[in-house]
Amino acid sequence: MDFTHTEERRMLADSLRRTLERGADWGDLAELGVLGALFTEDEGGFGGHGYDIAVVFEELGRAGCNLPVLDAGLAGGMLADAGRADLVERLIAGDLKATLAYGEPGLRYDLGPIRTAANGGTVSGHKSFVTNADEAGLLVVTALEDGVVKVFGVDPRGPGVTMMTTPALMGGTISEVTLDRAPAEALGPAETLESRLAAATLAVCADAIGTMDTVRDMTLDYLRTRKQFGVPIGKFQALQHRMADVAIEIEMARSAVINLSGHLDQAAPTRDRHVSAAKSLIGRTAHLVAEEAIQMHGGIAMTEEYALAPLARRLTAADSRLGDEDWHLARFIRLSA
Amino acid sequence: MDLTFTPEENAFRDEVRAFLRDRLPADIAAKVAAHTALSKADYDTWHSLLNEKGWLAGAWPRKFGGQEWSAVQKHIFEEETAAAHAPRTVPFGVAMLAPVLQAFGSKAQQDYYLPRILSGEDWWCQGYSEPGAGSDLASLKTRAVREGDHYVVNGQKTWTTLGQYADKIFCLVRTSTEGKPQEGISFLLIDMNTPGIEVRPIILIDGVHEVNEVWFTDVKVPVENLVGEENKGWTYAKYLLTHERTGIAGVGYAQAGLDSLKRIARAELQHGRPLIEDPLFAARLARIEIDLMAMATFNLRTVAGADAGAAPGAESSMLKVKGTVIRQTINALALRAIGPWAMPFVAEGLEDSNLYHPGPDYAAKASNVYLNNRKISIYGGSNEVQRGIITKAILGL
Ligand SMILES: Cc1cc2nc3c(=O)[nH]c(=O)nc-3n(C[C@H](O)[C@H](O)[C@H](O)COP(=O)(O)OP(=O)(O)OC[C@H]3O[C@@H](n4cnc5c(N)ncnc54)[C@H](O)[C@@H]3O)c2cc1C
Repeated sequence: MDFTHTEERRMLADSLRRTLERGADWGDLAELGVLGALFTEDEGGFGGHGYDIAVVFEELGRAGCNLPVLDAGLAGGMLADAGRADLVERLIAGDLKATLAYGEPGLRYDLGPIRTAANGGTVSGHKSFVTNADEAGLLVVTALEDGVVKVFGVDPRGPGVTMMTTPALMGGTISEVTLDRAPAEALGPAETLESRLAAATLAVCADAIGTMDTVRDMTLDYLRTRKQFGVPIGKFQALQHRMADVAIEIEMARSAVINLSGHLDQAAPTRDRHVSAAKSLIGRTAHLVAEEAIQMHGGIAMTEEYALAPLARRLTAADSRLGDEDWHLARFIRLSA
Repeated sequence: MDLTFTPEENAFRDEVRAFLRDRLPADIAAKVAAHTALSKADYDTWHSLLNEKGWLAGAWPRKFGGQEWSAVQKHIFEEETAAAHAPRTVPFGVAMLAPVLQAFGSKAQQDYYLPRILSGEDWWCQGYSEPGAGSDLASLKTRAVREGDHYVVNGQKTWTTLGQYADKIFCLVRTSTEGKPQEGISFLLIDMNTPGIEVRPIILIDGVHEVNEVWFTDVKVPVENLVGEENKGWTYAKYLLTHERTGIAGVGYAQAGLDSLKRIARAELQHGRPLIEDPLFAARLARIEIDLMAMATFNLRTVAGADAGAAPGAESSMLKVKGTVIRQTINALALRAIGPWAMPFVAEGLEDSNLYHPGPDYAAKASNVYLNNRKISIYGGSNEVQRGIITKAILGL
């Protein structure tokens, strides 16, 4: 057993952390190799394994970074599976932003049955919850063709594409995308969608761990400095024990994420059992950490101006992304039967 | 034991329902149901409708024009108005300041302010908390120094709910630094239009402008605006806290929240079936409903006790803790029920207000409400402070 990351991964994490602290843009991330770390060597990157994904997203979450790295990994993964090394290369270089449009209204967290359909070089339908589509240069869209789910490339600014974009609870944006005979390039079958979503789920979990670490540290700082009744509020045992519980739950969550990272490359049933175990636990813990952090801060944490606000929303949203606590609990039960 | 309401109480409930059916403006109820922020005009409309009926002052003593409602009547009124999506009665004038004036104010203050509270001429806000004085309210620093026939007030209040609409603010101010901190506090009525007062908005985590900072720089307040005696303000503030506690459990809000949660869970589909049929979700829903049923009875026990003359002491702390946790749990379940529709986050104060939520209507505000209601376990005496009261006053630890 060895619970330390490799030298390379640690170096990447450290330099990513420093870069994010300075305020990084998309070009900085590409230059650092953050995007390359999401893909295997075969795909043109130098990572792509569970631990690579975990270290990158933990740092993004720690910094509360809203750049569309998850979208790059998820859409890029589907592009890699479709054999589009050219597009993956541009993506890793930071020259192309892409996002995956796979959700549809009425499905909640299920992947199907979808209704968006391809016909004669176009796709039509309604895609929901597409993250950071407003900035993307390419939409990777799932659609039915001849009864099979396939992947298509669509120009988000092309004809037949309408987007209704709002801010997202976790940061960034989220769009409802209507496709009306939008010109589409067929990329291939979508059989790898589940395994790519497994990696994306790990990314959301690791992101939440980083955010929880920051939220815990902020709360600790506040407990040490905020005084009421003449003492730092961290002297009140009522808060001390709750803070201790938060710290315990974060270490449990971190362990679940390590567990998932180590099983991401396994065959689907094993992998997905770990995906659902980790995501269910993370969903539960993310809510706990956000709620407890707000409560222990008192009124100040209710304000938009205080830096906790976007992080608390990010943790709240973590449960609503890619399957919530209950959805994954039910899936875990099914996969364990 | 008898768990039924008396015929008179039931008649009162029918009367409240009929009034709500006939007089509550549909557009206002729709806003409340959709969790859209109400305008000042909405609140004013509702207050004057209630006032016409004599119910704005339902809880006031008859000699001040009230109806002397029993605690059970207050409870029925709160339950029915919440169920009908009526706006909450803004409490600061009617329910907070008025009882203090009735008990400790001068005749002149009673004659001047009480009618203006009812008519809506004066919108009051509550100036207790300060940046450094939250749970430890007695450490407040805003100074009022007597100079001739005026006090000169300097300092800052914060968290002032709906202060942006207020004509007047009742403040706890420091008039002495001698003795215990509680002994140097006075209760002062201040006109918000006095020179030297500045109101700055605070935007909350869900993007709404609900609270404010209120800054005082050399604000001159006539001495006749002092309530009761100088340096006795803490007593009046505590009086205010121990009264007006019937609504503290928020049972009406919880019930309304549960009803709307069930509507969501019937409409939202999971694997093609209504979410409410999902065993996991159904279990969560049932658990909170069971809690709420017990809570309602717990609340009524306290309410009935108050009518029998018992002081609503530390039991109200129990109601506050459990009542807020139940409401927050319902809000969290609503957030869960809408699934991925929790992700589009449209916040009135944060973004272009032309944005609208793309999901079903019932999903539009679930995350905002969930976030906003984290406040209910913080304000009005945080749940930690309430637990402290329970351990000392009830458990004797
Ligand atoms: C939305 C909102 C609206 C409000 N409206 C008004 C208003 O209109 N007028 C007004 O005057 N005030 C208002 N308040 C203020 C409210 O009453 C205070 O927020 C509350 O008293 C808590 O104070 P604080 O926020 O400074 O937290 P703090 O007192 O700093 O508390 C921080 C944390 O320490 C805990 N803590 C404090 N003391 C103890 C202790 N002895 N033992 C254990 N734990 C402890 C608290 O429970 C909390 O978890 C409002 C607050 C909010 C959030």
